[in-house]
Amino acid sequence: MRSVLISLALPIVLTLGAASAEAAEDAGHIKVSNGIVQIERSGQRLPAPVGSVVQQGDLVITGADGSVGITFRDNSLLSVGPDSVLSIDRFVFDSTTHQGAFESSLKQGTLAVVSGKLAKQSPDAMTVKTPAAILGVRGTEFLVRTGQSKD
Amino acid sequence: MFAPASRKTDVPSALRRNLVRLAPLGLLVLAGCAGRDDLYVLLPGKAKTGALTVTSGGERRVLDQPYAAARVTRTGSVNARVTTEAEVRRAFGPALAAQPGRPVSFYLYFLADTDEFTLESKQVVNQIFAEIARRPAPEIVIIGHTDRVGSVQYNDALSLKRADRVREELRKLGIPKVRISVAGRGKREPEISTADEVPEPRNRRVEINVR
Repeated sequence: MRSVLISLALPIVLTLGAASAEAAEDAGHIKVSNGIVQIERSGQRLPAPVGSVVQQGDLVITGADGSVGITFRDNSLLSVGPDSVLSIDRFVFDSTTHQGAFESSLKQGTLAVVSGKLAKQSPDAMTVKTPAAILGVRGTEFLVRTGQSKD
Repeated sequence: MFAPASRKTDVPSALRRNLVRLAPLGLLVLAGCAGRDDLYVLLPGKAKTGALTVTSGGERRVLDQPYAAARVTRTGSVNARVTTEAEVRRAFGPALAAQPGRPVSFYLYFLADTDEFTLESKQVVNQIFAEIARRPAPEIVIIGHTDRVGSVQYNDALSLKRADRVREELRKLGIPKVRISVAGRGKREPEISTADEVPEPRNRRVEINVR
């Protein structure tokens, strides 16, 4: 019973107490970077070449000729096409239990996803939002395009 | 005939409340006139095709067939259809081309209750080094696993000890400068399914995930 209580209390403590520590931890790394790719973090825009760290809270932004591929700590693979904005809203991954959460939002543009260990461990762990919909992931590969039509 | 006084005064304020509530809706309708261009597509997975649930404006669709697609219309409703590989290439070419290489795992096996790995495992090390060399910004994750003999806590500690041991060995063997992280999965992910407390050499392993 005590261990149940501890395991229930622990995520709450982590959520309340370590929000900044959680944010500072690497969520993933950029493996592919073409054309203009930037990361917006704490109001600052940084160039994002291969090897750059991606953190919870980052906005990943590509230019008209840009595309970028990111490998996350749970082996989720997210890649973004030109003129896109992807927000990494939340990334928490326990490498022992594979518990956690991965929430991202595609504000505009195109996104390709190969889900990783988080989605495999629990079907509700990974969601991708767009301005029009919420996508729930059941261990899979999928594509997302969002934006206003040109006509 | 006369509404109670309280109700009388309530009518305009209720109207105001409703107008306030409706205002964002009006903006949505205006934005909707430009038309949304949303498209969501489920791809066939490497091992199996999973599923994607699409929820929009209280409507929910499940995509569970390869190339099943959903469009969100200007009214916010979800239209399901089936797309093709060619169409997907046209719409998502650059995003698909930017996908990082799939992570690959190698395995080193251990003698029972020890952190000593078997001789043939040492040959795998060369393959690991080759894999690291051909990846951009490579990382390795060293993940210890155990068989199902002993408690969860015991095996968590043992799996981490094995992973640490492998990290040391790889360092001694002159692993290239890459990001290394270590994890212990304990007995949660056996390669061979067994009942609890069954010794199984193939489960006493360390996984080297290169990504």
